[in-house]
Amino acid sequence: MPEETISKDNPLTDTGAGAPGRQMNMIEAINDALDIMMARDPDIVILGEDVGYFGGVFRATAGLQKKFGRNRVFDAPINECGIIGAAVGMAAYGLRPVPEIQFADYIYPGLDQLVSEAARMRYRSAGEFTSPITIRSPFGGGIFGGQTHSQSPEAMFTHVAGLKTIIPATPHDAKGLLIAAIEDNDPVMFFEPKRIYNGPFGGDYDKPSRTWKGHPGGEVPEGYYKIPLGKARIVREGEALTVLCYGTMVHVAEAVLADKGVDAEIIDLRSLVPLDIETVEKSVQKTGKCLVIHEATRTSGFGAELVTLVQERCFYHLEAPVERVTGFDTPYPHSLEWAYFPGPVRIGEAVDRLMKD
Amino acid sequence: MAEGPVEKGIARGNLPPLELYVPEPKYRPGDVVDYSHLPVPPAGLLARPDETCPASETWPLTLDMVRVLDDDDHAVGAWNPGLDPETLRRMLRTMALTRAFDDRLYRSQRQGKTSFYMKCTGEEAISVACAMALAGDDMVFPSYRQQGILISRGYPLVDMVNQIYSNRADPLKGRQLPIMYSAKDYGFFSISGNLATQFPQAVGWAMASAIKGDTRIATAFIGEGSSAEGDFHAAMTFAAVYNAPVVLHVVNNQWAISSFSGFAGAERTTFAARATGYGIAGLRVDGNDALAVYAAMEWAANRARANQGPTLIEHFTYRAEGHSTSDDPSAYRSAQEREEWPLGDPIMRLKKHLIALGEWSEEQQEAMDRELVEQVKVATKEAEKNGILGHGMHHPFHTMFEDVFEELPWHLEEQAAQAMRERGIKWPEWKERDDA
Ligand SMILES: Cc1ncc(C[n+]2csc(CCOP(=O)(O)OP(=O)(O)O)c2C)c(N)n1
Ligand SMILES: [Mg+2]
Repeated sequence: MPEETISKDNPLTDTGAGAPGRQMNMIEAINDALDIMMARDPDIVILGEDVGYFGGVFRATAGLQKKFGRNRVFDAPINECGIIGAAVGMAAYGLRPVPEIQFADYIYPGLDQLVSEAARMRYRSAGEFTSPITIRSPFGGGIFGGQTHSQSPEAMFTHVAGLKTIIPATPHDAKGLLIAAIEDNDPVMFFEPKRIYNGPFGGDYDKPSRTWKGHPGGEVPEGYYKIPLGKARIVREGEALTVLCYGTMVHVAEAVLADKGVDAEIIDLRSLVPLDIETVEKSVQKTGKCLVIHEATRTSGFGAELVTLVQERCFYHLEAPVERVTGFDTPYPHSLEWAYFPGPVRIGEAVDRLMKD
Repeated sequence: MAEGPVEKGIARGNLPPLELYVPEPKYRPGDVVDYSHLPVPPAGLLARPDETCPASETWPLTLDMVRVLDDDDHAVGAWNPGLDPETLRRMLRTMALTRAFDDRLYRSQRQGKTSFYMKCTGEEAISVACAMALAGDDMVFPSYRQQGILISRGYPLVDMVNQIYSNRADPLKGRQLPIMYSAKDYGFFSISGNLATQFPQAVGWAMASAIKGDTRIATAFIGEGSSAEGDFHAAMTFAAVYNAPVVLHVVNNQWAISSFSGFAGAERTTFAARATGYGIAGLRVDGNDALAVYAAMEWAANRARANQGPTLIEHFTYRAEGHSTSDDPSAYRSAQEREEWPLGDPIMRLKKHLIALGEWSEEQQEAMDRELVEQVKVATKEAEKNGILGHGMHHPFHTMFEDVFEELPWHLEEQAAQAMRERGIKWPEWKERDDA
């Protein structure tokens, strides 16, 4: 298998070249990436709550302990500070840990080890010590998980110098990005949109849920391939409007814009840090309009960064104010989950405003 | 002095290479379970030190197990709290009510009336007996498995169900995951989904009570798995340093989702023994023996109230059911564990004790169980009138934006207006009860 089977221009259609695809959901694709990487690199270890025998509460590590042994895939005490701190120590020895934090909502006890330690290790030791750690964590809402199983805290991590933040939107990308993240020599936050583990979600919670079957992003090439960190995916080319999004919201955006019949260029950022600014700039300069969508709370969300960048770099191409559609600035509610979620109505209103003239 | 960087990984004679130890539970699915290795000391043997004793006098008890109910269903030994039959029947009834509630609400989740539920089957003695040994105004900082305390303190069942259904009568306004109750008037702190956070909070509450010269104490509960969190150790340190009037409970039900207690350190020593390193009192109790639980809680509460400081209590028990409605324990543990559990079932044990006293009968038990099933049914039916999850009978949209702060800043007002507008677009026919 060649290392780069995915062209940066059209990653989805290119995978067929010599790489037979297999239908997978996102969990299976993540499991496959871990499996392949553990076989390739004996320095990779997986630790986290319930990841061993059981294979994780979402089953992302199912079968790996059996295959690679308890020395390389093991349960951790319920202590996120310990999980990340131990990963920093293992990395200092020369291992390449891939810890799982069971829910992104539970990463906070580990923040000091992450922010003050892993993120700055290379800098403060002038490269003597590094933290090639990939922290996998399911995030986002839409599963009636209440405020502690629904958060989208990605912006916090993009604010920390020294951390990369990656968010896949399809099984295909989840596998290729996870492989690249694991091979990256710096700490990477790998947030998995749990709402779309089993299938894409167009934002209509009252319609039956879909599986990945039949979705091009559910076709996952066999074997090793990576998608470089920092490269966005153009989901759909268009002339009328640029939509910047990631994770679950990619599918919601696709559905809403198709429904509205707007010739939008939808960009799945895939990587927040480093950001594919080139693709963003090129698109906004072409369309002159930009809509930013994320599920996370609004204030100081990653959308604020995106809007600023577009304003700084594309100001003279803009034909309308940049729009931002987000979750509300409240904790994620339980019963009113769908009133919170930035769904088709909220996105639709913003699109209408942008397309007014 | 060494010159220059050291050489790495040199062979050290015939020393074997280092090995990583990863705990593994004794039994996995399909395994035959044999608990004969588990020391279950006879009931009634342990001395009960004076409540004001030096902490070190309790340390032998942290490695042993306080047990009151013996194999013949008698209450024996120095730890027998000597409760009258009326109190014992109330204890039994509350435990049975807790179980009946769990059974019914678990089924409600399975019927799609809510998103989530957690049972405490097999652990009823811990919350109910502790609640009964506390004063009504003592403050409880629970985990999600102490519904027995709320029930014991007389919190309305219908409000528990309203919270579980996240409906328009939910006292928490539909904001929290089911079973994450909060009941200030019942001395029951808001439950967090983030594990172990309640532990240092309980110590802080107790310190505040001491600062103010109050007489109330605080108590907190944590699972053995969660005792691995840093918050546990923060709590222990603060409790020790300030001699806080607090009783800290570790509910050791052997499992933390799929991880057995070995991943919290149980293979090395008991959870109660953690008290020793901090220099505070510690007790280890048969958590399926309601009388032992009561006695330990009473001992520690008296100690705290007498300004003699904190106690750590480990309740040795078994999580008889899955972690939650999202869990399938047959994927990681042997189903036989529950049957073979050497400490039995707490409700059955208390029932048999009352029968042995001549204060209860199987017929009375059956009649009581029927009554309790009915009582829970009435509460759920009543709550269902206020709606079930996902059927539109929720709190008004505006409540979603309230209580983020005391007052709504402009941006939340704007977002609230946005939410209402969106509803109008999606559901043009919609009328919300008390919405302006
Ligand atoms: C900080 C944090 N990390 C992880 C979780 C996920 N989680 C919820 S319950 C649980 C297991 C807790 O087990 P234990 O403390 O033994 O309590 P039990 O469920 O047995 O009562 C885990 C890992 C969480 N809620 N919070
Ligand atoms: Mg437990």
